[in-house]
Amino acid sequence: MSERTRTPAIEGWYTLDEHEPYLIGSRCAACGTYRFPPLGGCCPNPGCAQAMLERVPLSRSGTLWSYTNACYQPPKPYVSPDPFQPFAIAAVALEAERMIVLGQVVTGVGVERLRIGMPMRVVLETLYGDSQSEKVVWKWSPLEETA
Amino acid sequence: MSGEVAILGVGLHPWGKWGRNFIEYGLHAARAALADADVEWRDIQFISGGATMRCGYPGYVAGATFAQALGWQGAQVNTSYAACATGSQALAAARNRILSGHCEVALVVGADTTPKGFLAPADGYRPDDPDWARFHLGFTNPTYFALYARRRMALYGATERDFAAVKVKSAAAGCENPNARYRKTVTLEEVLGSPMVADPLRLLNICATSDGGAALVVSSLDYARRHGRHPLVRVAAIACVTPRFANAEVELPDIATDSAVAAEAHSFRASIAAEAYKEANIGPEDLSLAEVYDLSSAMELDWYEHLGLCKSGEAEGLLHSGATCIGGRVPVNPSGGLACFGEAVPAQALAQICELTWQLRGQSGTRQVTGATVGITANQGLFGHGSSVILKR
Repeated sequence: MSERTRTPAIEGWYTLDEHEPYLIGSRCAACGTYRFPPLGGCCPNPGCAQAMLERVPLSRSGTLWSYTNACYQPPKPYVSPDPFQPFAIAAVALEAERMIVLGQVVTGVGVERLRIGMPMRVVLETLYGDSQSEKVVWKWSPLEETA
Repeated sequence: MSGEVAILGVGLHPWGKWGRNFIEYGLHAARAALADADVEWRDIQFISGGATMRCGYPGYVAGATFAQALGWQGAQVNTSYAACATGSQALAAARNRILSGHCEVALVVGADTTPKGFLAPADGYRPDDPDWARFHLGFTNPTYFALYARRRMALYGATERDFAAVKVKSAAAGCENPNARYRKTVTLEEVLGSPMVADPLRLLNICATSDGGAALVVSSLDYARRHGRHPLVRVAAIACVTPRFANAEVELPDIATDSAVAAEAHSFRASIAAEAYKEANIGPEDLSLAEVYDLSSAMELDWYEHLGLCKSGEAEGLLHSGATCIGGRVPVNPSGGLACFGEAVPAQALAQICELTWQLRGQSGTRQVTGATVGITANQGLFGHGSSVILKR
């Protein structure tokens, strides 16, 4: 059986490294401000005149700032498995970047296993796919799940 | 120069899920506002429409659409769009015209027809649009409301029962409001027994999407003194502000917050009312009532703090003290709020102003806040649109 092709659900926001994936942000070389997703253009800090932002890896782990779940199927462009499977969602604070990044929580971890302040790390999982191809996305996983 | 304009007339089309053309709701509200003001449409010099993004081209050019529906009469025209803050911006456009001396009396109209269920973005593969990206990733509006609610629980010990108690209060206030969509009282048990949508928020904690229309006739104070037939209600402030970098909150529809590496993080929502207070030269202690954007019942508690009605972490105590009920020290959402209306985006901020106007005139019947003299609205739209309007009698 041939392997399914594996491509990012959103191009350029994260690497597809199986073992140590990371989110790709942009960073201002002048004031150090980060941005995610990694949009080009000006530094978002109005006190900084820097025009260009460089692409940098973001921290691979952070602490859980808040969380929830999706009990009902979101509308398109969300692509749902059939039947829809509820999933948890995490907002994770990255210390070095001093920013909070959202993401789905890894499959199999529901809100009952989440606590604010717990360490979380980036992993890759399928967002959706079929027998030929899968679209991969970053998800947050409790650190102990992936240790 | 006082910097103030008068609210001469107000009108609503009742909120619901009527499934008709939005123009019909806007027209109904406009005629009601003109009748309330006792002003003829042909005498309106400026029409300011709130746009809707879900009703095709007529929605994008709502000002002209409503002008044509009322009958072309050559008025100056404007259309504003600022997501949920649309109505405040449309009102601000009218105030600017009046205060600059370019017109004396204006009509402001917003109306919407909404689809069933979640609001959704345009199609395609458009990852540069954060509204597209967050839906692709499965983050609906309730996702964000729930993240804020869970945060309240972690920071201040708020409980699901507290959130449910907000809904019970709103339902009790709105059940006799003829313009509200949901007009029945609700119990704590009913809220806590409703299906979980986005943990910890249940179906009865989250505002629905509704059809509705709202309109205002606004004028110079001179014009109002000559033509007004109600106690004079004045617009003392309109704040339409963006966040200041670095915004500490995960803002709809973004995937991440600002990075606070080079600038201090602070609360956008707290800055919205602060700007309005500054312009009106009053403080939260001067308020008789408030109409806030309770997209979720937990968010109403956040607004208590962001309006300065109490300190951070004290909103649950303020709620349970009864201060924010009708009859309390500073009633919040005596209309029933979004909990009883559901959201009709371009009409909602105007509907808040309609409620304040009726309250300040003493025309709110069983919902009346006794002796109301100053009211504030607070509201927030996607993509960094804060708005807050202060009315005074």
